[in-house]
Amino acid sequence: MTATYSQGSAVEPEAKVPVLSAINVVKEFRVAGGHITAVDNVSVDFHAGKVLAVVGESGSGKSTLARMLLRLMPVTSGTIKYLGKDVTKIRGGELRSYWRDVQAVFQDPFSSFNQFFTVGQTLRRRMSSKQGDETLDELIERCLGYVGLKPGDAVNKYPHQLSGGQRQRVMIARALMMNPKVLLADEATSMLDASLRVSALNVLQDLRDRLGLTVLFITHDIGQACYLADEVVVMENGLVVERGVTDEVIFNPQNAYTKRLLADVPDLKGSLKKRNS
Amino acid sequence: MRASNVTAVYAADTGQDVPAVDNVTLEVPEGQIVGLAGESGCGKTTLGNALALIANPPLYTIAGSMEIDGQIIDMTTLTRDSNALHRPYRGATVSLLPQGAMNAISPTLRIRDLVHDVMSAHDKNVTKAEAMDRASDRLKMLSMPTRVLDQYAHQLSGGMKQRMVTVISTLLDPKLLIADEPTSALDVSSQKQLIEMLLQMVEMKIMRGVIFITHDLPVLSMVTDRLAIMYAGKIVENGLTEDLVHNARHPYTSALLNAVLDPTEETRTKHVLGIPGSPPNLGNPPTGCRFHPRCPLAMDECVTKEPAFLDENNHQVACWWAEKNPGVTVPMEVSAV
Repeated sequence: MTATYSQGSAVEPEAKVPVLSAINVVKEFRVAGGHITAVDNVSVDFHAGKVLAVVGESGSGKSTLARMLLRLMPVTSGTIKYLGKDVTKIRGGELRSYWRDVQAVFQDPFSSFNQFFTVGQTLRRRMSSKQGDETLDELIERCLGYVGLKPGDAVNKYPHQLSGGQRQRVMIARALMMNPKVLLADEATSMLDASLRVSALNVLQDLRDRLGLTVLFITHDIGQACYLADEVVVMENGLVVERGVTDEVIFNPQNAYTKRLLADVPDLKGSLKKRNS
Repeated sequence: MRASNVTAVYAADTGQDVPAVDNVTLEVPEGQIVGLAGESGCGKTTLGNALALIANPPLYTIAGSMEIDGQIIDMTTLTRDSNALHRPYRGATVSLLPQGAMNAISPTLRIRDLVHDVMSAHDKNVTKAEAMDRASDRLKMLSMPTRVLDQYAHQLSGGMKQRMVTVISTLLDPKLLIADEPTSALDVSSQKQLIEMLLQMVEMKIMRGVIFITHDLPVLSMVTDRLAIMYAGKIVENGLTEDLVHNARHPYTSALLNAVLDPTEETRTKHVLGIPGSPPNLGNPPTGCRFHPRCPLAMDECVTKEPAFLDENNHQVACWWAEKNPGVTVPMEVSAV
């Protein structure tokens, strides 16, 4: 991965120490009559304060990679390192503290809420034993502020009173309350309308710029990666086929699969031309 | 096809009717694909259901008529016999391809059994062999593999399933196909294949017109001839796709277009604000223009008076700003920095 940095002079030397890295990670699933290699010897580094996008079609192994990084799924072989420390096999308290540092937001903003709790209750529940009530209120206010929600309005609302975009922002706020180092967004904006999607992406961008948060952004939409990401990794059938800084990968793709993926994206004004000709 | 003055309401528990589609008129010219776009909750799917004549309680179509090929169909569903009245048209005159249709294929039946089911719903005497023949002819026409008919749903990829339900829903040669979010669950490559197939079907005159519902504007720009933009139950802008994409006259259209993230150099550098706020509660819509609370160009009259539909060279728009600035495209800076 280091080789690709030669183009990006903006990358500072200390940023080269990865916050989170996957080294030669393999995941095999057993199926009738053999096994499928969902993630095939993948190595990726996540650098502090950067947004890295993993792009690929359905079934390319991007979510499997995310689950392994989150330690929600064991690796078949390979190593996951967090701040230089091997976290592939940690358990108990160590794992819980890892889970505090590496937070995730998933695809479906409609199913990840308990319908009977208000936003305030949802956010408070995670923290009940840790903090005194006053600092907790301040924390909630601060985190909702990051994602552009007014605490006064949002705290007393039930999930059904929020739009999809607002729910997803509450999920991001919930993740931020743990003061994470890494935020993993697995198709977090795919179910949102284009107009709401942009504001959710802006929130992630803002968090990177203001808090220096490292974001792993998993998407099948190369346009979103183009808007948000500093670096892009393209996956196909469990393999990383191309990686590098966003401008290089998207505007000057080398791999045939990346080229095809880009060619298939319906582009607003370009498609018009194609049809008319 | 022309549907006039369609109003569809959801009967709410409070006793108050929520008009999800409010006095909408939509035209589909012969052999064209018309796109219907807007945010979630703007009434696109409800309009699709009303047009497909499948409005089921609590949804009622309380006004509207449809003219297809000189035939006039009363769309209202208030009377008891309306269901029986509408049944012969479903599938044969207007066919709906609902959202997530590909997940509705029975896992225990082969595709050919589904084909027979669909055909026998309209003609009880049709035999399995006849249904099979018809389906395989259609698949050959579209240069798709006929082996699919002998397979089960789990053996097909998502893209293939979606293409199959599209083929099946048009087996009876409907005059109008209403496709509701057919591409949303597919990856870009499968999307492209489905779109190419749809275009091919229209060219072969399998159906005479298509209404394509989605919030994905790049897909619409690829497939449609005309676009209608819907907001809060009303159509706010309607015109040729090319016109709309290059010359948006309504601030809402402009904001939607601007929120599109193409993988281009422009996307890399622009900062899009998105549309502030969220769509209104249709039980109690804003006064005047329904978009005014979220509109960066709102003026005094927008709050009080509802804008009329302006017609400028086959490009209709309902907006006070557009009325005062004839022929001017909404400036992009309004929704981007």
